[in-house]
Amino acid sequence: MTTVETAAGPAQTMVLNMGPQHPSTHGVLRVVLELDGETVIKARPEIGYLHTGIEKSCEALTYSQAITLTDRIDYLAPLSNNLAYCLAVEKLLGLEVPKRAQYIRVLLTELTRVNSHLVWLGTHAMDLGATSVMLYCFREREEILKIFEMVSGQRMMTSYFRIGGLALEPPPGWLDRVRRFIEMFPSRIDEYENLLTRNRIWLMRTQGIGILAAKDAVALGVTGPMLRAAGVAYDVRKFFPYSSYEEFSFDVPTRTECDSYARYLVRVAEMRESLKIIRQAMTKIPPEGPIRADAPGIVPPQREKMKTEMEALIYHFKIFTEGFAPPPGEVYQRVESPRGEVGYFVVSDGSPKPYRVKVRAPSFVNLQALPKLSEGGLVADLIACIGTMDIVLGEVDR
Amino acid sequence: MTDKPVDQNPIIQKLRGWDEKAIAELSEFRGELTIVLPRGHLRRVAEYLQAEPGLQFDLLSDISAVDRFPIEPRFELDYHLLSVPLRQTVRLRVWVPGSDAVLPTVIPVWPTANWHEREIFDLFGIRFDGHPDLHRILMPDDWEGHPLRKDYPVEGFRT
Repeated sequence: MTTVETAAGPAQTMVLNMGPQHPSTHGVLRVVLELDGETVIKARPEIGYLHTGIEKSCEALTYSQAITLTDRIDYLAPLSNNLAYCLAVEKLLGLEVPKRAQYIRVLLTELTRVNSHLVWLGTHAMDLGATSVMLYCFREREEILKIFEMVSGQRMMTSYFRIGGLALEPPPGWLDRVRRFIEMFPSRIDEYENLLTRNRIWLMRTQGIGILAAKDAVALGVTGPMLRAAGVAYDVRKFFPYSSYEEFSFDVPTRTECDSYARYLVRVAEMRESLKIIRQAMTKIPPEGPIRADAPGIVPPQREKMKTEMEALIYHFKIFTEGFAPPPGEVYQRVESPRGEVGYFVVSDGSPKPYRVKVRAPSFVNLQALPKLSEGGLVADLIACIGTMDIVLGEVDR
Repeated sequence: MTDKPVDQNPIIQKLRGWDEKAIAELSEFRGELTIVLPRGHLRRVAEYLQAEPGLQFDLLSDISAVDRFPIEPRFELDYHLLSVPLRQTVRLRVWVPGSDAVLPTVIPVWPTANWHEREIFDLFGIRFDGHPDLHRILMPDDWEGHPLRKDYPVEGFRT
């Protein structure tokens, strides 16, 4: 507590705990606030309530087993994390994934981006009082989850990308479902925009709120839509293309207003760009072809081969009992997740278990900017600031 | 050592031209460049890499620690740097002995290091000299031990 000067004379500030159980913290975030009336003087995020030791657990599992943990880091974008981890291990191994699998990976990670942005838009709008937007967003998200369920058997914890390719051949007709979604979706984005983009209350609640200038954003390591809303066009897909992103044409939306409203516009524009990429991926994906690299001893053999070839059976047994051992070394793989740069630093010591897996979680880094965004503003705007950062606490705490 | 292709890298040439002693070792694996620094040079090199035109490593993506127990020096710290204007990346590595696990902080150069360093202090027990707010971040404040050390069992200590 400190003493501040007010019109009525000196007064004491109040310290208030927001969270860890608070609906608008999007999980279990605790913010220790120092308030002067309604004004936030200091906001100190306290994290760790969801810490589950995923990085430590990875060290006790084989490279393939650890994939299932990467889903659980960011539960709104499981496929982006699967992809980053698989690419890192594939880089360690020097493994090339077939083009068909790469395109399917691109398509599904872009659907993941739309999925994550929909949850963000729905919950952010609900925090600010626009309840109906959430119902609209979750309606469309359901369609995406059905596509995930169709290809992987799971709605959220997909674990669909495996080292060397994909877990399963996608079922027949899945692309028709994707096509139906992308034909329907542009008009749905228009619906959200009709509700919000020129809505006076929405403008008043987001414009000029939570300013984060480009210089501060870079210094604080902030990436993703938050950085692009400050005018810096850093997108891993363009800077360091992976999984054949260099073959796709899309724009990186940026704004220069640096506020909550700019971040809203950037994310909505990103959904439209994702649709562009999905559309291109659909024409690129060959109807037939391998979905896994030809790497005996690393990628499990086909069931049919195991019945006729002895080597296949031996490899199958060895992969699932011992795993495989990449050469000693370390790689850092960046991927553009819906929240920014997600990085997997995987260290191998030549054994079948990763020696160290470090996750550079964009939410963790972005959350550090919360004091910058909210200090000096009102308590009510703090809700807008937390919402606009699009944090996933599972990823913050890991 | 001068014949390796790593030495042709413009980042290395610039760094060499600035201070020959700043580089202890160089390596490249899968196209990723790693510069090993002597511990005492970390802060100077960080400032140079961030400010020098032509390098401009303005964004610190990540700091990771690796415990090589029982090998000494025990801890390896990896700084993953990114230059947004020049679209290049580099990894800095510093070795820290277990008996004297202290490093200078890089917060004045990259403010984002604050939470990364707190996380490493929490999970590995490495201290950062000059850190303004060094306390646990993920584990409870009264936790004993540092869980990501290799001599800390995965299932925790049974009491």
